[in-house]
Amino acid sequence: MSQFQSYCDTLNRRQFIKRASIGLGTVALNGALKPLVSGAQPGLHFPAKAKRIIFLFMAGAPSQLDLFDYKPGLEKLHGQPLPKEISKGQRVTVMTHGKDQVICASAFKFAAQGQSGLIWSELLPHLSRHVDDICLIKSTHTNAINHDPAKTFFCTGEEMSGGASMGSWLSYGLGSLNKDLPDFVVLSSALWSGKTNVQALYHRLWGTGFLPTKHQGVAFQSVGDPVLFLSNPDGVDRQARHKMMDFVTKINAEQEEMTGDPEIRTSMAQQEMAFRMQMSVPELTDLGKESEGTLKLYGPEVHQTGSFARNCLLARRMAERDVRFVQLFHRGWDHHRQLPTHLKGQARDVDQPISGLLTDLKRRGLFEDTLVVFAGEFGRTTYAQDFKPNDRFDYGRDHHPRCFTTWMAGGGIKGGISYGETDDFCYNVANNPVHVRDLHATMFHQMGIDHNKLIFPHQGLDQKLTGVEDAHVVKDIIA
Amino acid sequence: MKGHPNKYTLALIGLFVAGNLVSAEKAHFNRDIRPILSDRCFQCHGPHAEDRKGDLRLDIPDGSEGALTQREDYFVIKPGDPDESELIWRISDDFEEDRMPPLEAHKPALSEEEIAVFKQWILEGAEYQDYWAYIPPEISEPAEVKDESWTHNTVDHYVMASLEKEGLQPKAEADKRTLIRRVTFDLTGLPPAVDEIQDFIKDTRPDSYTKLVDRLLADNSYGEHMTRYWADLVRLGDTNGMHKDFHREFSPLRDWIIRSFNDNLPFDEFIKYQLAGDLFENPSREQLIASGFNRLHMIIDKGTAQPAESLHKNVSDRVEAFGTAFLGLTVQCAQCHDHKYDPITQRDYYQLYAFFNNFVGAPETVRAPERGLQPPFINLTTPSEDGVLATFGAEQHALDIEREAAQRIQNLEDDYPKVFDKVQASWIWDEDVSDVADTEFKTSLALSSLPDSVLARFAGKSNTEVWINGTSLGTAYSEDQSLVADVRNLLRFGKNEIIAVSTRAEAEEKESVYIRPLTPAQLARRELAKVGFSFILEYDQGESVAVFSSDSDWLVRKNESAPWRPAVEITGPDHTSAWMTKVRTNTIIQFVKRQEDLENRKRKFLKDIPAAMIMAEMNHPRETRMLIGGDYENPGNRVERNTPAFLPSLPDKEGSYTRMDLAEWLVTLDHPLTARIAVNRFWQNLFGVGLVKTSEDFGLQGEWPSHPELLDYLAIRFRDSGWDVKQLIREIVLSKAYKQISDATLEEFKADPDNRKLARGSRYRMDAEMIRDQILAVSGQLNRSMYGKSVKPPQPPGLWRMVSMDHPFSFVADEGEKIYRRSLYTYWRRGMPPPQMTLMNAPSREFCVARRERTNTPLQALLLMNEEEYFKAAKVTSMNALEETNGADAGLKHIYEIITSHLPGADRLNLMKETLADFKKYYEGKPELAKSMTSGMKDSSISERVEVAAWTMVTHGLLNLELAKVRR
Repeated sequence: MSQFQSYCDTLNRRQFIKRASIGLGTVALNGALKPLVSGAQPGLHFPAKAKRIIFLFMAGAPSQLDLFDYKPGLEKLHGQPLPKEISKGQRVTVMTHGKDQVICASAFKFAAQGQSGLIWSELLPHLSRHVDDICLIKSTHTNAINHDPAKTFFCTGEEMSGGASMGSWLSYGLGSLNKDLPDFVVLSSALWSGKTNVQALYHRLWGTGFLPTKHQGVAFQSVGDPVLFLSNPDGVDRQARHKMMDFVTKINAEQEEMTGDPEIRTSMAQQEMAFRMQMSVPELTDLGKESEGTLKLYGPEVHQTGSFARNCLLARRMAERDVRFVQLFHRGWDHHRQLPTHLKGQARDVDQPISGLLTDLKRRGLFEDTLVVFAGEFGRTTYAQDFKPNDRFDYGRDHHPRCFTTWMAGGGIKGGISYGETDDFCYNVANNPVHVRDLHATMFHQMGIDHNKLIFPHQGLDQKLTGVEDAHVVKDIIA
Repeated sequence: MKGHPNKYTLALIGLFVAGNLVSAEKAHFNRDIRPILSDRCFQCHGPHAEDRKGDLRLDIPDGSEGALTQREDYFVIKPGDPDESELIWRISDDFEEDRMPPLEAHKPALSEEEIAVFKQWILEGAEYQDYWAYIPPEISEPAEVKDESWTHNTVDHYVMASLEKEGLQPKAEADKRTLIRRVTFDLTGLPPAVDEIQDFIKDTRPDSYTKLVDRLLADNSYGEHMTRYWADLVRLGDTNGMHKDFHREFSPLRDWIIRSFNDNLPFDEFIKYQLAGDLFENPSREQLIASGFNRLHMIIDKGTAQPAESLHKNVSDRVEAFGTAFLGLTVQCAQCHDHKYDPITQRDYYQLYAFFNNFVGAPETVRAPERGLQPPFINLTTPSEDGVLATFGAEQHALDIEREAAQRIQNLEDDYPKVFDKVQASWIWDEDVSDVADTEFKTSLALSSLPDSVLARFAGKSNTEVWINGTSLGTAYSEDQSLVADVRNLLRFGKNEIIAVSTRAEAEEKESVYIRPLTPAQLARRELAKVGFSFILEYDQGESVAVFSSDSDWLVRKNESAPWRPAVEITGPDHTSAWMTKVRTNTIIQFVKRQEDLENRKRKFLKDIPAAMIMAEMNHPRETRMLIGGDYENPGNRVERNTPAFLPSLPDKEGSYTRMDLAEWLVTLDHPLTARIAVNRFWQNLFGVGLVKTSEDFGLQGEWPSHPELLDYLAIRFRDSGWDVKQLIREIVLSKAYKQISDATLEEFKADPDNRKLARGSRYRMDAEMIRDQILAVSGQLNRSMYGKSVKPPQPPGLWRMVSMDHPFSFVADEGEKIYRRSLYTYWRRGMPPPQMTLMNAPSREFCVARRERTNTPLQALLLMNEEEYFKAAKVTSMNALEETNGADAGLKHIYEIITSHLPGADRLNLMKETLADFKKYYEGKPELAKSMTSGMKDSSISERVEVAAWTMVTHGLLNLELAKVRR
């Protein structure tokens, strides 16, 4: 046996023992380590309902009015100005600043679906079969009205750069369940239908801010290596790589002995993990062993690299392998103009893949402990941009942070319910408001974490994902 | 806090008796007590007035809310008497409900040790101290030490005093190879060359090390290396960082920083130039370039955010940078409320804000700013280039005079507002009654870039069908029913042809057909439908809309067989007013064309001339108001520029303070922070961790210095030396403390993992840039040219695309020499910085970073294993060695030496030889694999290629060693 191999073996054994003894993972806390609820796993604050999260981020902000939040009353107000007592002169974007606010009813049909009878848009036919598993949160709201700060806030809890992303918090707080894969993976669609006004994403959306960078999201690439620098260079095969590692390990081990530096051991462990990832990641992204039936669930685009459908399937494969947090980004939802056309395409992009993902998770017994979250950075206005009195299928909607719909499924969340309501115009939250930071708190809660206690001291503050303002777990949606 | 029943008194006495309570050393408020108070108590009992509970402040001793002030019937803290101090009871209460900090604070309770130190401190008199970092540094003589060899360098004297107090022994001096490697990396960011190592070893004079240090400090690579740290601190990047993340040009500022370090510009000047270079009297070019520090904030391009919001963000970003870079404090908490821990009030914050709230330029950049520049900026021209610019200027002047004259003669005015700068010409074609069924109009638009979204609007009095590049957009039927279409996908780079055909409904019916210019008012109101036949392309949205109008060059023909003729020719005799317009139009068109031509020539000329964005003040300062809750739409009381009240005050002055006053204030004699935070960061560069570990935060939540007297000594010495950076660094690296061996026992590493006590040399993984530069250096590929535009070494495909918006801004790697420049010159897109750097903890440069963390991850291992250029460097190194040396021994020794600066011992050399032989055998058995690695060696024999492949793998292995990437 080579020295490298034997080194790897000892390490594996050691890690296994360590892992076995702490169970699901230990919340990295400054103090207050004991579980607050009996039955919680050691190191957790609550019994964890979910082991992992798949976060479907719809970048650009889909229209809740056309997808989730049905407002039949707007039909007869279509084309009329939005009453001033509703809009109250609140801040709007520069795009519609000072312009008439003309109410625009959705061009799409809604119908009750499932046992629960949730009202659902015709744009998401596949997903309509899952409504009894879905908890719509129609009263989600946020602060920022522009994409960049709103996205940054949703992903990091802060509007400005510098915050730590949701996934990195979980990686920091809970540690790994899979020694061969990162804790936090980002999958971003390379293709989407809405060809209008596509915003950038930023590294910071999955960055660590002030947290140690080892917790940052690993963005899988749709071209080239799925993980940066994963493949061996030309002329180096696995055996050559192994020989080289063996050589490196021998010298490193000698150095460790000579110098006493414990960091060398960490480096050897990381090199070993890298070596293993060279196997585990291609295995993860190879869909060759997926059955025809499974592939079909996700729709035809599953065969296209970089499609949302393929990423949904990859997300399921990661869930199986206990990646803590998988975040999918799908862009192209910013429909200031020609919303019906673009939205149809976007909805088609995600409808069957998400439906397939939910089905697939269920039949593999993963649904119960996987929390699936669907959200954009904000919602869209009830009033139209580019309103055409004579064409019901041609309108746009502006950014709207005051109310929008997000949804969750699985992971100990009640299915088939709709939580929170907006007013008749879908302009403001009417009851049970859920701020994005409340969503954060709720997600953490399902993972067994008290959002007030997962902290990291930085720049003189105990930093939290939910920030300095109060955040509340939405208890009513928890099963 | 309420009074308490004295029910625990007995237990307390018991504790005292139990001992361990009074440690040998006196409890020290700043070191022992304040950090605990700050962490657990100040949130409710600190400087923040609104959150204060129970009228109690634990941050101050006196006053009605002070900690030592007697309450009605009890003391919160009674000096000398822990038993009578309510505080002790509350922090040690067994009942969670009564204990401080309370449950809802989500703060851990105090540990027994922490409680003990409180008791000791109270017993010893509960002496409060001003916070150390807020009072000016003072020299305290180092304690006498036994080992006199540690008294020659004052740094060592302080270090030894603390070691002896701790009962620790320092390590011996490292060997010469280790030393030259260490100091060369620390001062230049590069490895020593083999001949430099050998010269140093051969030089047996006692001052050989001093000479080495002086040589390195004089090397230009010193300035480059120092600039890299500064770039992190001031977030020096190459793009806007927000929204579309456009290019933002800062290479002249980067080059100025390099020169400043190399020229050893006094650090006080260095600060003043950056903070207020524009406010010197007749500022020099260098001072202006340096003032670009104020422009390094993230910035958004127009059209999405509210300009008022952008303005606020830019100003806050400047304040934050000022706080982190120069005060070593995190001031931004005070944007919304008084700081919870530090005595920075919200008023203090906005008083600082007022210094930075007077920038003359726009709060947002345009889309795709030309040359990455946003006014104000200066062109860094040579005198001869100035000459050319002057001729452009003269030409412009002449043109202006001519145009004005022409307008005067014709009694015309060019009343088009500047915002519609693309709409310069007006035109007219009017055929009152057209006698044919169809009239065709044609024009073309030249596009140099594609906008994100384009809306075409047409209005026609007749039925008018419109085509762009051969695709019909539909028909506009009447003045009221205009045609609006999204034509983004129809447009292309270069020439776009637009054709409009007006058709009369009935052949017999005689209808007028005309095209007419839009008046500014119509444009502003966009009442396009009411102005007859018109054609406008609008791109983007909102008030910042830009408009293409094809006005100036419409051609018209009445039927297919007729020739196209300019639409500005008017038919029909009755249009006197139209005639006037035509005359004017023709004239204006000529001027417009000349103007455009002039601008194009000027643009072409300027294209490659470097330019620097600078800071500039408005003449009439913008009013600053406190923003309630940090909300820019919620202004409160007006504030004037001033410095935070807890720091030294500015000298009295007539009128408003300036940024220059602020800069000078930083470097005044009694400023407690500036020199301390500066020397601490330089120390951090040389030891891996600062004397104050939290080099970004010297506030109350920051860490207590490991060597407070040494820090103050260095700060004062630095200041008194005339802020001489090289002298400071020289003194530190000449110390024995710096030169110690970094090897230690596992126990020693465990006892002091960060080497805070300095009982050994420091060791840590080098930064991303040092690792990459070393790889390039050992392979001989490193391109040492300095200055100029940032370069793009190859990176894996798709990274920029992943974060980009839908517009042409893709990553195109540079080629040739450029990709081998030092990493300092690598293009830093803030939205997606180069992965070779960020994987190794380089920051994104979106915000200020005073210290990098150092992680050890599998992704880093993959980077070093597989990055193409890194692997290629191993091959190049091997081929060089094969060419230059003779035989395996010499070759392997050479490669080992250039990579590690050491020579391999016999065992290690043997291991390398065995590995080489093993790889040779391996590749002999797999010639295809060897060929694939050496694809550039098609003319060589297979055995030569196997040889190179085997050597490459050994070199590659060495480059992946700890020895190669750890500074030790």
